[in-house]
Amino acid sequence: MCLAVPGRVLDIEERDGTRMANVDFGGVVKEVCLEYLPDLQVGEYAIVHVGFALQRLDEESAKQTLELFATLGMLQEEFGDPWEMAAEAGGTLPPEEEGARR
Amino acid sequence: MKYIDEFQDPDLARRLLDDIHSTVTRPWALMEVCGGQTHTIIRHGIDQLLPEQVELIHGPGCPVCVTPLEVIDKALEIASRPGVIFCSFGDMLRVPGTGRDLFQVRGAGGDVRVVYSPLDALRIAQQNPDREVVFFGIGFETTAPPNAMTVYQARRLGIRNFSLLVSHVRVPPAIEAIMQSPNCRVQGFLAAGHVCSVMGVEEYPELAERFRVPIVVTGFEPLDILEGVRRTVAQLERGEHTVDNAYPRAVRPEGNAAARAMLEDVFEVTDRAWRGIGVIPDSGWRLSAKYRDHDAEHRFSVEGIQTREPAECRSGEVLQGLLKPHECEAFGTLCTPRTPLGATMVSSEGACAAYYLYRRLELTPAPREASPVV
Repeated sequence: MCLAVPGRVLDIEERDGTRMANVDFGGVVKEVCLEYLPDLQVGEYAIVHVGFALQRLDEESAKQTLELFATLGMLQEEFGDPWEMAAEAGGTLPPEEEGARR
Repeated sequence: MKYIDEFQDPDLARRLLDDIHSTVTRPWALMEVCGGQTHTIIRHGIDQLLPEQVELIHGPGCPVCVTPLEVIDKALEIASRPGVIFCSFGDMLRVPGTGRDLFQVRGAGGDVRVVYSPLDALRIAQQNPDREVVFFGIGFETTAPPNAMTVYQARRLGIRNFSLLVSHVRVPPAIEAIMQSPNCRVQGFLAAGHVCSVMGVEEYPELAERFRVPIVVTGFEPLDILEGVRRTVAQLERGEHTVDNAYPRAVRPEGNAAARAMLEDVFEVTDRAWRGIGVIPDSGWRLSAKYRDHDAEHRFSVEGIQTREPAECRSGEVLQGLLKPHECEAFGTLCTPRTPLGATMVSSEGACAAYYLYRRLELTPAPREASPVV
């Protein structure tokens, strides 16, 4: 949860009076709030934590970090299915959900 | 140096290590505050690559681990109520409360949902106006601004069925508590990089001066950790104790002004209990009076919960850097990620989980008598 991942801004729009963006994290695209970095532009990179851009990052550092996180499986930790991961770690899903898992 | 080839830039890693090895003349104990840094250290065997004189002590910087049992039990109680949709980050699902966890509450019919962002929980509240939607707001200074923004948005948009169960914590008071502990061995800190991305470094010079301890802002990648250690050791060897930023690509001295302003508006500083450690003065945030309507503790009556910590769990000592995970008798036997006694074994940033994942086969639990490595 404390992991903050660099991502690249794909597009920006105003929603409910809030500046939001689609951000690409090495192939996974998530909605991100830009209210704390209102100057961030399409194509720029930022460190994103729980759906909020918190600090700008230069492209080279961002790419290196993303590559490293992917190699270490940390992107899966951040963006994978948390119920599935919790079940694998030792819990048991209710029976009706076993079939629903991908 | 068995792990060094796995570094992103092995040559740079070797140069940093050579520099540290040639600088050290006596023993130093450094604490990495952040649980994410602990995982990097253990995963890459950084502690084993450093000179013997440099000891890394794992700090309390895992938000899931330090959330008090009482708050976990309140979350479980609220999540079990009919009409409630309880939203949380995924890493809280298997953190043990007294007798159960959120995963089991869901199995018993509770509407527990995992969200990526607190704004997702707010959207669920918009879509379910006849339900009470509660978001579990835990975390350090990195996570608090997103949660603050979400409460601000709920108020701005008039979304009344959204509340936050708040258990936010702050790093500087924890550093102060660690340094004031009579058992403290810490001589230098690797400060948590992303906390500083938000808060900047302004809170640290006073601490560095008062406790005569170097504080080096450090990132999360293996090379970042080596650079943080290199700079901290260099200061210690020179007899210095200043604040240094070894993570400038993500940390500006002033942090993120907009996020800090929102924190000040939505939250107010309060004393907070840390699991396994106890109450640290001024170490947390709670919602300020203006936002009390969105405080789940205010909205739901959850007083008088009886908590029960497992007697065998020594995670409090692990969180204070007084005990290494494998020195606990329950490590890997009574306590595993499948049967965790405490949050440090299940959290993705927990120190016990790091040792279990990456170091278990090399370590034995605390020897009752010296036992052979299994």
